[in-house]
Amino acid sequence: MILTPEQQALLDGAKGETMAKVVKTLVMYGDAFGAERMVPVTSKYGHTVISFGLKAIKPVYALYDQLLDAGLVSGQKFTADPKPIDPKVPSSLLEDLVFKKIMYTDQKPYEEQLRKLGITSDDDYTCTCYLDEVGNKPEKGDVLSWAESSAVVYANSVLGARCNRNSGIIELMGSIAGFVPEFGLLTDEGRKASWIVEVRCEKRPEAQLLGSAIGMKVMEDVPYVKGLDKWLGTELDEKACAYLKDFGAATASNGAVGLYHIENLTPEAKEQGEALIREGAQVYVIDDAELARVQREYPVVWKDPEAKPQLCFVGCPHLTMSQLINWSDRIENALRAKGLSQVTVPTVFTASTPVLREFEKTVYASKLRTYGVILSYICPLMYMNNPLCKKKAVITCSNKLRTYTSARYYTEDEILGIITTKEAAK
Amino acid sequence: MKQFKGRVVVPGTCTAEALVSRGGFNTLASYQMALMFGDKQVKCGDQNNPDIYKKPMLGKALCLPMTIGSTTGGMVLYTACSMGKQPACMLFSLPIDSLAASGAILGDVWTDASMPVVDQLGEEFLAYVKTGMTVTVKEDGVVEVE
Repeated sequence: MILTPEQQALLDGAKGETMAKVVKTLVMYGDAFGAERMVPVTSKYGHTVISFGLKAIKPVYALYDQLLDAGLVSGQKFTADPKPIDPKVPSSLLEDLVFKKIMYTDQKPYEEQLRKLGITSDDDYTCTCYLDEVGNKPEKGDVLSWAESSAVVYANSVLGARCNRNSGIIELMGSIAGFVPEFGLLTDEGRKASWIVEVRCEKRPEAQLLGSAIGMKVMEDVPYVKGLDKWLGTELDEKACAYLKDFGAATASNGAVGLYHIENLTPEAKEQGEALIREGAQVYVIDDAELARVQREYPVVWKDPEAKPQLCFVGCPHLTMSQLINWSDRIENALRAKGLSQVTVPTVFTASTPVLREFEKTVYASKLRTYGVILSYICPLMYMNNPLCKKKAVITCSNKLRTYTSARYYTEDEILGIITTKEAAK
Repeated sequence: MKQFKGRVVVPGTCTAEALVSRGGFNTLASYQMALMFGDKQVKCGDQNNPDIYKKPMLGKALCLPMTIGSTTGGMVLYTACSMGKQPACMLFSLPIDSLAASGAILGDVWTDASMPVVDQLGEEFLAYVKTGMTVTVKEDGVVEVE
């Protein structure tokens, strides 16, 4: 890699040993992918995936202390993934004990570290930092130093920004240095598709299921998806963006997708069309039967597969305003049709604090509460990262949550049916 | 005994028993429970990976195509290295992915752990190596499997 004189000086220790190690890390990272140079980070804000003060990752906080002791903070303010604890989310005494006394013992000190390192605000803990209400929305072409797989794939695909699937810690080092190695999704060549996905469904495919199928098939490659504009239209309106948020999160967690192109819809696909497809690209055809097969083959890891659901999470990634409103309407209609007044499974809807604040200004927030739904800023994934939750029959329509925890996946319609059944009430 | 030649990502040598994941290795899902609850054997917690689910990973020669999943992956590997709970080495049949590379490099630069990493060993490597075989990694990226 060819470094500028300034970058070389940093590597040689001009700003101290710790900064030299930061740059060495970035240089080795670039070397692993044949990067020839560093490019400046141009987005206004960064985003970090590490939002949790987990006792098990104390070495990370020790490393951040090293950075702070050396006077190294992020050159740009940044947002962070959602917090792992929210008192509003139902938990047993034992779970509380495990969360507060065993698992997340370092939460408060870590949040203090993030303040020192440069988090934008104590409210900006969300995986959907790119929503208008939160305000960390990069411009097309911006170079980012972000981590959080669902945010990276959204920024690349829907916003047209450029970011590799960076890991936690590396993303902060890029923001500290102000530059990142140029490779992969930062290059035109790296953004070309090596898979053509033909969607031939007879009904609108479930976003999280379609994303899962594609992720598991293409893994880290870039898919060019045809036939989805039939269901999403050709404009990136709020509904399409919400769909792509969930779709992308599933591609990234069930595989390792960092960028997808949707024909006639996402910015680069609209501009370049099939020129984005590499020669010899493989083809994956998805119809309703294929999606049913994918869903059928998910392992059920509940101790008792017939157990009655004890908790339902909706909102991984965090919900948008329009999704919250849409869910409110659907729950209202379902409850009315069944003569019920409240959901029959404890249900948590998660969204960022700024979105929830705006949502509170609408009539839907109080409606949802009346129906028994809990609104929270929590990260369901972090909430479920413990053996106690493994024994709990948790359901979700998030394929990311299914992948990392024992939560059982159902489509949105199925979830709606389950949380509004009289049987579940018994 | 068969030899394979790959590219050195993190230099080093070791001999260890192979643990083979034929599908993508989900770093977070594999390590989260073991790190969180101090599992001394560091058993794999990824229920979606039948090849290695519940098998001890500590000190094994982890053979895999690539890593997948959450972007906490590199941080998780770094943590494993810091705590001495890393595999003996990581051997990739494909070019290394960004998350695994991050974790391996963070481990190399910021900890004292030794975890040689070799990638691009080819499909034949992953087809040949079986869990339980003995794997030797040499400084130049040559991997011997017997």
